[in-house]
Amino acid sequence: MQARYFLLLGSLCITLLSPVISFSQSHWSFQPIVHSATPVVHNDDGWSRNRIDSYVLEQLRKHNLQPSPIASAATSIRRVTLDLIGLPPTVPEVDEFLAEDRPDAFERVVDRLLASPHYGERWARTWLDLCHYGDTDGHLTDQLRPVAWRYRDWVISALNVNLPFDEFTISQLAGDLVEGGSRRLPPATDDPILGTGFLRQTLSNREGGADLEEYRVEQIVDRTAMVGTIWLGLTAGCARCHDHKYDPLSQKEFFQLYSFFDQADEINIDAPLTSEREAYLQVRSEYDRRRRDVIEPYRIGLTALQKAWEAKVLHARAHPGEDHVWDRQWELLGLIWGGGLGEGQLEGTEIVKLGWGNRTPRQQDDLLDYFLERGSVADEKQFAELKLGELRNQLVALKKQFPQAMATRAPVMMTSQTPRQTYIHERGEFRSPGPNVKPTLPDWLNASRQASSDLAGVNENIVQNQTSRLTLARWLVSGEHPLTARVTVNRMWQEFFGKGIVATSDDFGTRGAKPTHPQMLDWLAKEFSDSGWNVKATHRKIVGSATYQQSSRPRPDLIELDPGNSLLARQSSLRVPAETVRDSILFASGLLSSSLGGPGVYPAQDERVTMEAFGSNTWTTSKGADQYRRSVYTFIQRTSPFAQSITFDAPSPQRICARRDRSNTPMQALTLLNDPALQQISHSFAELLCVSKTNSDRERIELAFRRCLSRPGTSDELDRLERYVEQQRAALRGSTQASSSQNEWADLASVLINLHEFIVRD
Amino acid sequence: MQSQQALRDLHRRCFLKQSAGGLGGIALASLLQNEGYAREPDRPTPLDPRQPHFKPRAKNVIFLFMAGAPSQLDLFDPKPEMKRLHQQSVPPSFLAGLSDSLIKGSARVMASPRTFIKHGQCGMDFSDYLPHLATRADDLCMIRTMHTDTSNHDPAQLLMQCGVPRFGSPSMGSWVTYGLGSDSQDLPGFIVLLSNNGPGDIAGTALWDSTFLPAPYRGVTFRSKGDPILHLASPDGYTPERQRDRLSAVNDLNRIRFQQQPDPEITSRIDAYELAFRMQTAAPELLEFSQETPATLESYGIGNEKTDTFARNCLLARRMVERGVRFVQLYHYTWDDHSDLNVNLKVNCDKTDKPAAALIHDLKQRGLLDDTLVIWGGEFGRTPMNEVRRGNSPGKEGRDHHKAAFTMLLAGGGVQGGQIIGETDELGFNPVKAPIHVNDLQATILHALGLDHERLTFRHQGRDFRLTDVAGNVVHQVFG
Repeated sequence: MQARYFLLLGSLCITLLSPVISFSQSHWSFQPIVHSATPVVHNDDGWSRNRIDSYVLEQLRKHNLQPSPIASAATSIRRVTLDLIGLPPTVPEVDEFLAEDRPDAFERVVDRLLASPHYGERWARTWLDLCHYGDTDGHLTDQLRPVAWRYRDWVISALNVNLPFDEFTISQLAGDLVEGGSRRLPPATDDPILGTGFLRQTLSNREGGADLEEYRVEQIVDRTAMVGTIWLGLTAGCARCHDHKYDPLSQKEFFQLYSFFDQADEINIDAPLTSEREAYLQVRSEYDRRRRDVIEPYRIGLTALQKAWEAKVLHARAHPGEDHVWDRQWELLGLIWGGGLGEGQLEGTEIVKLGWGNRTPRQQDDLLDYFLERGSVADEKQFAELKLGELRNQLVALKKQFPQAMATRAPVMMTSQTPRQTYIHERGEFRSPGPNVKPTLPDWLNASRQASSDLAGVNENIVQNQTSRLTLARWLVSGEHPLTARVTVNRMWQEFFGKGIVATSDDFGTRGAKPTHPQMLDWLAKEFSDSGWNVKATHRKIVGSATYQQSSRPRPDLIELDPGNSLLARQSSLRVPAETVRDSILFASGLLSSSLGGPGVYPAQDERVTMEAFGSNTWTTSKGADQYRRSVYTFIQRTSPFAQSITFDAPSPQRICARRDRSNTPMQALTLLNDPALQQISHSFAELLCVSKTNSDRERIELAFRRCLSRPGTSDELDRLERYVEQQRAALRGSTQASSSQNEWADLASVLINLHEFIVRD
Repeated sequence: MQSQQALRDLHRRCFLKQSAGGLGGIALASLLQNEGYAREPDRPTPLDPRQPHFKPRAKNVIFLFMAGAPSQLDLFDPKPEMKRLHQQSVPPSFLAGLSDSLIKGSARVMASPRTFIKHGQCGMDFSDYLPHLATRADDLCMIRTMHTDTSNHDPAQLLMQCGVPRFGSPSMGSWVTYGLGSDSQDLPGFIVLLSNNGPGDIAGTALWDSTFLPAPYRGVTFRSKGDPILHLASPDGYTPERQRDRLSAVNDLNRIRFQQQPDPEITSRIDAYELAFRMQTAAPELLEFSQETPATLESYGIGNEKTDTFARNCLLARRMVERGVRFVQLYHYTWDDHSDLNVNLKVNCDKTDKPAAALIHDLKQRGLLDDTLVIWGGEFGRTPMNEVRRGNSPGKEGRDHHKAAFTMLLAGGGVQGGQIIGETDELGFNPVKAPIHVNDLQATILHALGLDHERLTFRHQGRDFRLTDVAGNVVHQVFG
């Protein structure tokens, strides 16, 4: 009863107090980062490993609590391996670690893991949650985006090479504007421009009748909200319709942030893979020349007709409702351009708007191709007389003749060629324009007035220089405001402890949680930015702490004192993410493919899953080893994502997610017990066990156990499993139902992957 | 061992102190769960039944969602005036100031080719395409003045199901099971049944996602073919005995692990496996229609090629409600008749009319209708004009999307049947009396269940979210 009383009282207080605190710019997270002295903690019995531990111990001492002892070696290596690369350790890795007596054994493991290419795969997934990465459009027909993975691979690679977080940020928000980012030559696969694929993770609506501007606006709101959540820890989206109720972000400031992105358009570019690059550079100019030659005999008539078509389309745009045939042509241009290819949806309409003469040769080419496909409506008779169908066929044939000139494309953003005037959307409705706004940084967030006025100077030049997003991106990582560093290290902490120092990692505003260890948060934030935004170094620091390495075993003395484990007197047992559940199964059974990157793959699943979406999308299981790739490579059909991932709380690829749920449901049990795809994998696991060099059932069980749980089984555990194996062997011998491939070892494998311990990291 | 027992006792004592039932209790429980501190075996589970805010009229909901948007003008809302204006331009007064990307000024009025008759003692209009639903007129409340915010399918479907026209908000079924739990111990509280009609206009799994509400409130899809729940059936080669053996081994090992690492999440895992095993038994029993009389099966249209799919889902819905499932959501698609409406509309009416009517009748004769709110409708309506976006198609006219006015039907759950709410203008273009927004309907559905839509909230990203976002007024007239 008492608890409920306090809950009620608490919410009452919040209600009463909120007008008072709502516009408070004095909220803790908006204050400059405080440099505090290392807390002095006496008599820690040699427990502490680094400064993190001093902060944690200081708090524990205040509550008369002791930290937990360091976890066993087997638990330690399993924990840190799962956390850093998203896979369990191999049996030899565990053995080697257990046999180590050098004092820096753990650090050596950490170094090995940070250098592993699997590190990027694991940490990319966390980043992809934030920008809700997907391989399809997301709305209704949910068409494919077959080159979306270029961005996913860019993220993996950036994390693997430990790209400093400031560059990582700038590339994703403004990689097209970065000096040295090559815009003429085709970019290399790690070019910052490919980072702007981040901004391409918004949804596209290609449904007939969709208002093109309405969905463009939705995309920009989404991009603005992403910046708010990911770098500022603010629920910026709330300020779309009105001034933020609780945080000092006005609707005007929201649209000032919005306007940074209002000046950018989706575009796809030729971005040859490393293997394609040389040939592309050799043949592309030859292809371009041949293309001009093919077009030349048609040019005069073609140009006249295409110009007439463009004029009519533009007229329909300016005068909707006059002629539904041309209304439809305008609509189609916006709806179908690059559909199914993941090209920028509005590229076509933007090119038409530019007008003849203002286009790049490539834009002119792309529009010509569209016109030849769809433009006969301009004048069917003339189109036929000019033999433009014939020209289209020749150009298609030419492309086939020059496959090497057709490099793999990549989705990016570039500054709009036609500037837009951004205005406030009254009540969040873009059809109700309010006052005009310009790209402006939220100045109340700047740490000092000096910095603020400097940047104000920058702001005035933004529109002319067209460096607007670059200014925003640089400001985010300039150290001029405290949020980026705090929010980012907090999310890292969340991954290593299950909960952030600020539990609401997506909300550092006045309604968010308070930091449990404010000084530690600030110290980590400062170290992070001072280190040159070194992500791996920060990870190393966190896992190097005794706080991280302590045992997760629940303690009776903590149950009442600290049920949420906020004081960190122990580690937490955490259900591993959906991807790690599956990857661990593949790993244990020896099937996991270690190849990196490339287009999304389709692991086996019930074909009816995709029927839950538009229904015309199909799921054809990949062949061979591609079925067994790491789950970060699983194709993400936004309207019906891979069912196993969703069952284990992978977030919806349609919205920002900074914190995953960790549910424990019967659906998870049904999946692990019965999913035919997992049964198949259990059979492979069994085969692996049957050819292993083991001399008895017992040894075989021990091996399987260790492959799954990274520790030797106890005699209780092994006895129970041995009994199960014997029982099933007998049952199968007498059964006519069992298929020939079914054996007791597949049963054993299935039991092991169903264990709670298998899908948690302690 | 002693410390083991002490730990368990502490968990329990601590929990009992904190749990006071009701929503506060469950919010707390889910908070604890999020913090890696889940329930003991005798703790309440997220789906335990909970008390509503006030005395409910209905306990369960069956929502027959007609995705793609059926034409209200050819089924429920007769407009004799349209005959006069047929193939003429829409009077300019209707189009002035209109901002709707789908409504084209060049479209011409299209009179309904259907004939309407008044049915029941109340004299409710139905077109000749719905002869069976028409027989339920006195049980039905017909709302003719529904309106919505958007005329694209998936945002409008999201608005109808999740309260806002965007991705990221929990489904109505999730909100209801979050608020009330479920009376079924062996089945999910929120079940989704798809017609599996092939390609269709449906926004996908977001429509039954729990998003920021805890995962147990996510809708679980039952498939009409094969395994009803994904991975419900034991794999090939696993007899019930071998499945039980496997489960025992898993649970025994988990119990041993609990001795080593006394994490309450392990006991939750054991519970989840037991529940999964019970579902393996309960779900096939649910699907077993052999206990139903031939007359019942016939009344729904089971066995008839046209009606079979939807009929099976309707009968399943009744059987689920009988077993305590809180919220059953059916999707039938697609009613998106842009062209050849007269022919295509009949196809879907023929598939769904008889089963939907039988469901209401069957619930009534079993005394279940009083406790069960049945809802029939789509995400928006269709235009009074011929669709012209893709050009004219003489003889094969259809209607475009229309957000300003459409019709929905309600029955049971305290709803007063035999009444028509609201009135549209002479073209059925706009409401002229009692406009009812989708959020109003949602507030009304929650009200029927004893839930105050403004109090059924969940704190997320610093804000209390609710199904009806920042709008919604209960339409008390629905209840008479």
